[in-house]
Amino acid sequence: MRRFSLPSLLSEALNAHQGWQRQWRDPAPKASYDAIIIGGGGHGLGAAYYLAKEHGLTNIAVLEKGWIGGGNAGRNTTIIRSNYLYDESAALYEHAVKLWEGLSQELNYNVMFSQRGVLMLAHNVHDVQSFKRHVYSNRLNGIDNEWMTPQEAKAFCPPLNISPDIRYPVMGAALQRRGGTARHDAVVWGYARAADALGVDILQNCEVTGINRGPDGAVTGVETTRGPIKAKKIGVSAAGHTSVVMGMAGVRMPLESFPLQALVSEPVKPCFPCVLMSNAVHAYISQSDKGELVIGAGTDQYVSYSQQGGLHITTHTLDAICELFPQFTRMRMLRSWGGIVDVTPDRSPIIGKTPVEGLYVNCGWGTGGFKATPGSANVFAHTIARDEPHPINAPFTLDRFRTGRLIDEAAAAAVAH
Amino acid sequence: MSRLSSGGLIDRATPLAFTFDGRSYKGFAGDTLASALLANDVRLVGRSFKYHRPRGVFSAGSEEPNALVELRTGARREPNTRATMAELYEGLEATSQNRWPSLAFDLLSANQWFSSVLGAGFYYKTFMWPAALWEKLYEPAIRRAAGLGRAAEQADPDSYEKAFAFCDVLVIGGGPSGLLAALTAGRAGARVILADEDTILGGRLNSARTAIDDAAPGAFLARARAELSALPNVRVMPRTTIFGVYDGGTYGALERVGDHLSVPAPFQPRQRYWKIVAKRAVLCAGAFDRPIVFGGNDRPGVMSAQALRTYAVRYAVTPGRNAVVFANNDHAWSAAFDAADAGVKVSAIVDVRETPPPALLAGATARNIRVIAGGEVIATSGKCLSSITVRTRGGTETLQAEVLGISGGATPNLALTSYFGGRPKYDAALAAFVPDQTPPGLSVAGAAAGQFSLAQCFATGAAQGVAAARDAGFAATPAPLPETGDTPTSLSAFWHVQGSKGLAFVDFQNDVSAKDIAIAHKEGFRAVELLKRYTTLGMATDQGKSSNMAGLAIMAELTGQGIGETGTTLFRPPFTPVALGALAGHHREKDFRPTRPTPTHDWARKQGAVFVETGLWLRAQYFPKPGETDWLETVTREVKAVRSSVGLIDVSTFGKIDLQGSDVGVFLDRVYINTFSTLAVGKARYGVMLREDGLVMDDGTTARLADDHYVMTTTTANAAKVYQHLEFCLQVLWPDLDVQLASISEQWAQIAIAGPKSREVLAQVVDAPLDVSNTGLPFMGAVEGRVMGGVKARIFRLSFSGELGYEIAVPARHGEALTRALMAAGAPFGITPYGTEALGVMRIEKGHVSGNELTGQTSARDLGLGKMASTKKDYIGRVMAGRPAFADRDRATFIGFKPVDRAQRLRAGAHFLPLGAVPVMENDEGYMSSVAYSPTLDHWIGLGFLKGGRARIGQKVRAYDPVRGGDIEVEVCDPGFVDPEGERLRV
Repeated sequence: MRRFSLPSLLSEALNAHQGWQRQWRDPAPKASYDAIIIGGGGHGLGAAYYLAKEHGLTNIAVLEKGWIGGGNAGRNTTIIRSNYLYDESAALYEHAVKLWEGLSQELNYNVMFSQRGVLMLAHNVHDVQSFKRHVYSNRLNGIDNEWMTPQEAKAFCPPLNISPDIRYPVMGAALQRRGGTARHDAVVWGYARAADALGVDILQNCEVTGINRGPDGAVTGVETTRGPIKAKKIGVSAAGHTSVVMGMAGVRMPLESFPLQALVSEPVKPCFPCVLMSNAVHAYISQSDKGELVIGAGTDQYVSYSQQGGLHITTHTLDAICELFPQFTRMRMLRSWGGIVDVTPDRSPIIGKTPVEGLYVNCGWGTGGFKATPGSANVFAHTIARDEPHPINAPFTLDRFRTGRLIDEAAAAAVAH
Repeated sequence: MSRLSSGGLIDRATPLAFTFDGRSYKGFAGDTLASALLANDVRLVGRSFKYHRPRGVFSAGSEEPNALVELRTGARREPNTRATMAELYEGLEATSQNRWPSLAFDLLSANQWFSSVLGAGFYYKTFMWPAALWEKLYEPAIRRAAGLGRAAEQADPDSYEKAFAFCDVLVIGGGPSGLLAALTAGRAGARVILADEDTILGGRLNSARTAIDDAAPGAFLARARAELSALPNVRVMPRTTIFGVYDGGTYGALERVGDHLSVPAPFQPRQRYWKIVAKRAVLCAGAFDRPIVFGGNDRPGVMSAQALRTYAVRYAVTPGRNAVVFANNDHAWSAAFDAADAGVKVSAIVDVRETPPPALLAGATARNIRVIAGGEVIATSGKCLSSITVRTRGGTETLQAEVLGISGGATPNLALTSYFGGRPKYDAALAAFVPDQTPPGLSVAGAAAGQFSLAQCFATGAAQGVAAARDAGFAATPAPLPETGDTPTSLSAFWHVQGSKGLAFVDFQNDVSAKDIAIAHKEGFRAVELLKRYTTLGMATDQGKSSNMAGLAIMAELTGQGIGETGTTLFRPPFTPVALGALAGHHREKDFRPTRPTPTHDWARKQGAVFVETGLWLRAQYFPKPGETDWLETVTREVKAVRSSVGLIDVSTFGKIDLQGSDVGVFLDRVYINTFSTLAVGKARYGVMLREDGLVMDDGTTARLADDHYVMTTTTANAAKVYQHLEFCLQVLWPDLDVQLASISEQWAQIAIAGPKSREVLAQVVDAPLDVSNTGLPFMGAVEGRVMGGVKARIFRLSFSGELGYEIAVPARHGEALTRALMAAGAPFGITPYGTEALGVMRIEKGHVSGNELTGQTSARDLGLGKMASTKKDYIGRVMAGRPAFADRDRATFIGFKPVDRAQRLRAGAHFLPLGAVPVMENDEGYMSSVAYSPTLDHWIGLGFLKGGRARIGQKVRAYDPVRGGDIEVEVCDPGFVDPEGERLRV
C-alpha cells in the first residue's frame, strides 16, 4: 500500500496524478478462503481488516452484493457516541470511540472523525429523570456525559431555540463531548484499502445466494453470483438483510427490519456546531464538513425491505427541526433516502457465534450501527478468529433471547422503534 | 442593456427595480432574476464550491448549477436560490455568495491555482498529521471554505401550509406533452391536476418559434390554456413542482404561493406543500440540455444552447453580443436559429459532426451563420467569455464570442420514474437513458420518455392522456393532434473534447473535472455510486441534472464498458430542493402537535391550576393558593386534604377502551397476565399486560359492566399503544374471537374523588336508586347509573391514592358540570382539587408502580407483581417471561427507600452502591426510579430497583448522584409506606 501523505499528494500533483493506484484490488474470487465475511460495509470490511491485522488471517474475502459501502454504511447520519445506559453497551460503544480516536492514523485514511459533541435534549420530566440516570450510569462507567440547563445547552449550540413558549420546551440536555461524527464513506474505503493491503480480497458484485453446510452441520462455503466459494468460517455482517442471509443457513433470527430515513439540506456556511438529538420531539441533526445539514428521521411503523419510507415520517421530523431551529425553515431539503435497519427485541446488537458451527453473525444494530463500526468489527474479528467472543461482545449473544439476559437499550436508542 | 427591442413574454409596461450585490438594476414583469441580470449585462453571478471559480448563468430552469444567489435579506434570507427560477418582483434584493471579499475579487479563488493538488478525494489523503490539528485547524478551515450561501439567523416570519388533493389523473409538467395529456384526460371527464414548476404553462413552447397549426406557438398555447381553465374538472397548478412519488399513488408537491412577491399576500402562506393522491399520473417533465465537457467550459458566458434560445425568445435578452453554438445535435441548431430570428447575433455554429443535415446547413446560410462542421471548442478566454478557440481538421481558430451555447444532447427528465428503485435503460440512438420500470400508476410521455420532437410530444402526451383516463374509468378518445413540422432530432454521441486547454468541468457547482474522474478511475472508484461519493459528482444542489450524464460517459470511456452497463446513480427525491418549513407546514410552536385539554381544563384554569404536558395532554399539575410560596407547599396541602378529608382530580386522560362481545373474557385472559373471564359483573380488577417479549407493557383496571361488556383503562402514556396492540391481537392473532373494540378516551370524562369523606360527597350527586354505600358499591365495584338528575354515569370504586375513592365517568360534555357538582357537594368537607403531583406523591406513598417503573424494561416480577400471573392459562408474554434470567436472584427488583437521616432529600435517577464501595459500574446495584416528599410521613421517600429486592429490607445502601453531588445513605424498606394493609380502601 502506498502511504498517503502531503508529499505523496504533492508529487502526484506534479505527476498529473498518473501514479495513483487502485485503493483496493478487484481480484477474481478464489475457490476457497480461510474465512469469508458477507457484507462489504464498514463492519464487514473492518472485521476483515482486524482479522488480517490482529489475528494473522489473510486468506480471507469480503463478499459484497453491490459496491462496498452501499448499504447502511453509506446511508446513516454518521453520529458517534458511547453514552449508553448499561455497562455491556457502554463497554462496546466506548471501545469503538477509543478506536475512532486513532482511526485516521491507523488506516492512513482521513475518516474526518470530529468530536464536536453530542447533545441530547430533554423535553419533559420523564426525559430529565431518564437522562440523569444515563449520566450517572455513564459516570460510573467512566464515560463522559454531563447534564446541562437549557441556557448551557444554548451556549453550546447557539442555533437552538430554548423559548419556553414552544409546545415542548427544552428542559435540559445531556452532552457527551467526545461524541461527534465521521465521514462514513471514508471509513468504508479506509478499511477496504487497509484490508486489501494485508491481502484481503474484496469481491464486489458478488451476491451470496446460498450457504453450504456439511454432513456435520458446519458451514463449508457459499454459493455466489460469481460462483461457489469454500470457507470453514463465515461471518455475516449484512445489516438490513441479515435475516435473509442467515435464512440461507437455516437460522431464524430474532430481528425485525424497518425502513429508516434520513435527509440532507443544501450546503451552507457553518451554522451548526455540534450533533443534536431529541428523542421526544424526534429529530437529530448535524452539519457536515461540506456544509449540508444532515437530518435523521424515524422508522416506518411497519416492517419492510423497501428502501423508501413514508413521506410523513420525514415531515414529522422536519416539524421538530423547524420547532427547534425556526431560522432553518428557508433551508431546503436536497436529498432524502432510506435504508433498512435490523432491530432486535432489546435494541442491542447480536455479535457472536450461532447454532451453526463456523457461522458467525454481527447484526441487529437498529438505527445506531455506524457509531460502533471499529469496535464491533474489532470484536467480531476476535470472535471469528478464536471461535469465542471477546469479553466485550460476550454478553451480546444470540442466545440471550432464549435466556432472557437482555441488554435493553430501548431508551438509549436514538429513535424510538 | 442587452434587452432586445421587441418580443418576449415580458411585460414591458411593468418595469421592476431590483438590486444585486447592492447595485440597482431594472427588469420587467415576466423576467427571472437570471434573465434580468443578463439583460443588464451582469454575466458574473456566482462562485463555484471548491475552486471559487467565477460563474455565470448556465440554464434557464431548475437544473441551474451555477447562478445561485442569496435571495432576500435578514430573516427571509434564502441561500443557494437559483436565479433562473426566481421570479423578479419590485424591490428584489439578491446577493452573490461563497466569495470574499467580493464577487469580482474572491481570495479563495486562489484554490484553483492548487487544483492539481486538490483533486478528487485529496482530503482523505492528508490533514492527518499531527492528529490534533484536524479538529483545531484543518476541519474548521475546510468548513469555512465549504458551503455556499449563508442560512438565515433569525426565525422566519412567513408561514407555510400543508394541503391534500385527490384526482384521477395527475399530469406532471405543462409542456407540449403535458398539455395534450391534460386536455385529453380532461375532455373525457377525469378529474385532472396539471402541475408545472414554471409560472406559465407551455414549457418549451414559451421559448420556441416553431409553427403549430401554421401559427406561432402562442396561439396554440392560448387555446390550450383557455380550454383547460374552462374545464371544471381540471385544476391547473402553476409554480408547483412534483418533487416525489410515494406508496399508494401519492405525490409530494410544492406550490410556491408567494415567492414571486416581496412578502406573501395577507393571510397567504409563502409555500404550500401538497400531498396529491392520484389514480394515475403522466410524467411530462421534458428533458435537460446537457453540457459538453471541454477546457474552460465553465466561463461566464458559456450556457446551454437551449437556455440561449429561452433568453432570446422568452425574455428578449441577448446574453452576449456575439453568440456561437457548439453542439452535436440538430436541436441545438434550431435553438441557434430561434435565437438569431429573435435578434441575437449568432455568428457561428460549431458541430462535432462532419456532415450536419443539409436542411440545417440551409437554415444557417439563410441566417448568415457560419458553420464549422467537424469542429470542437478546445479553449475559452476572458474573465467573462470574450473568445473561444475552435479546433478543426484544418487547425485551430479563435472566434470572438461573448456567449457560447453548448449542447451535448437532451437528457430525459425521468427522476420520478426511479424513486421506487426503477432503473432507466440506455438508448444508444438517443445517447440518453430513458425510463424503463416506473412506479405503479405512473406513465411517461414526451421528451421525458425520449420522444424529443414536438410532434412526438403531442402524440405521446395525447396517447398517455387517453390511457390514464381509461385506467381511471373514463371513456377517453384520442383527439386530433396539432400540426407541427418539428421532426425527430438526430445527434452523434459526444461527451468530452480530448486535449482541450484548462480544467474541463463535468459538475460545475462542485468543480468536478474530467481529471477527477480519471483519478477516481485510477484509484478504483469505478462503480457510478463510488464515483459519485469519491468525487462529489452529482452531489451539488442540482443533484447531477446537468452533470451526471457526461460524468458517467467519461467513466465508461475509461473503463471501456458501455454507458448502459456503467449505469446511472440512483435518483433521490426531492426533484428540486424543498424548504424545510414547507414540509413542516403549520406544525409550529404551540401547534407543533395537537394539544388535548381535559374536559375540566377551563374549570381548572379558573382555579389557578398550573398545567403540565403529558404527551399531547395538558393536565393540572397542582392548584396553588394565594400565599403559597412553592409547589411543594401546595402539593403537601393537597395530599393532606385527601388523606384527611376529600380531594378531586380529573383522570380523563387515562386510555379508555370499550370491549363488547361474547368472547371478551377469553380475549382479556389472553392479553392480561391475570384472569378476567371470571370477573363478576359489577366488579373491576387491576390487570397487567405484557409485550410478546415478556416485559410489562401497561397496567390498569378493567371493569365488567355486563356478561359481554367490559371497560378497560390504560395509562395515559400508553393509551394509543395498548389500543393498537389489542387491534393487532384481534385482527391478526385471533380474528375468530367475537370481540369489538372502541376507544372511548375522548367520549368519557372521568373524575376521581378520594379521601375518607369521598362517599359522602358522591352520595349527594348520584340519582336514586343508585346505592353507593359500602355494601351497595364495595371496593373494586363498578356500577352504571345516573348522576346530577339524569346524566348517564359509570361509577368505579377504585383508588390510586390509597384512600377510599371513586372514579365517576360521564359523557365528556358533562365533565365540567360533574366537577362543579362534586365541588359543591364537597364544600362542607373542604374538598380540595389536586393535580398530578399530589397524585404522584400518594401513589409513591402507596408503593404503586407508574410510568417511571413501567419503562418497558421491567418484568412483572421486577415490579413485585409476579404473583398476579396466572399459572392456569396462556397469555401474551408468558413464555418469554419464563426465561431463566427473568428469575435471577440478583436481578434488580422493585423496592422502597427512605433516607437514613430523615432530613435528607432523595433524588430520582440516583444509583445504588454498597456502603463504602467505590463508585464504579461493577458496584452498581440499581437505581431510584421515583421520589417524593411524603407529607404523611414528613420525610422523603423513594421507589426503585435494587439487586436482591425485598430480601434486603432493612439494609442500608448508598444513593449516588454524581451530577448534583448527592451521596447519601438510604434504608431499604417495603414500598408500601402508607396503609400497607389497604384498610382505608375498604371502609
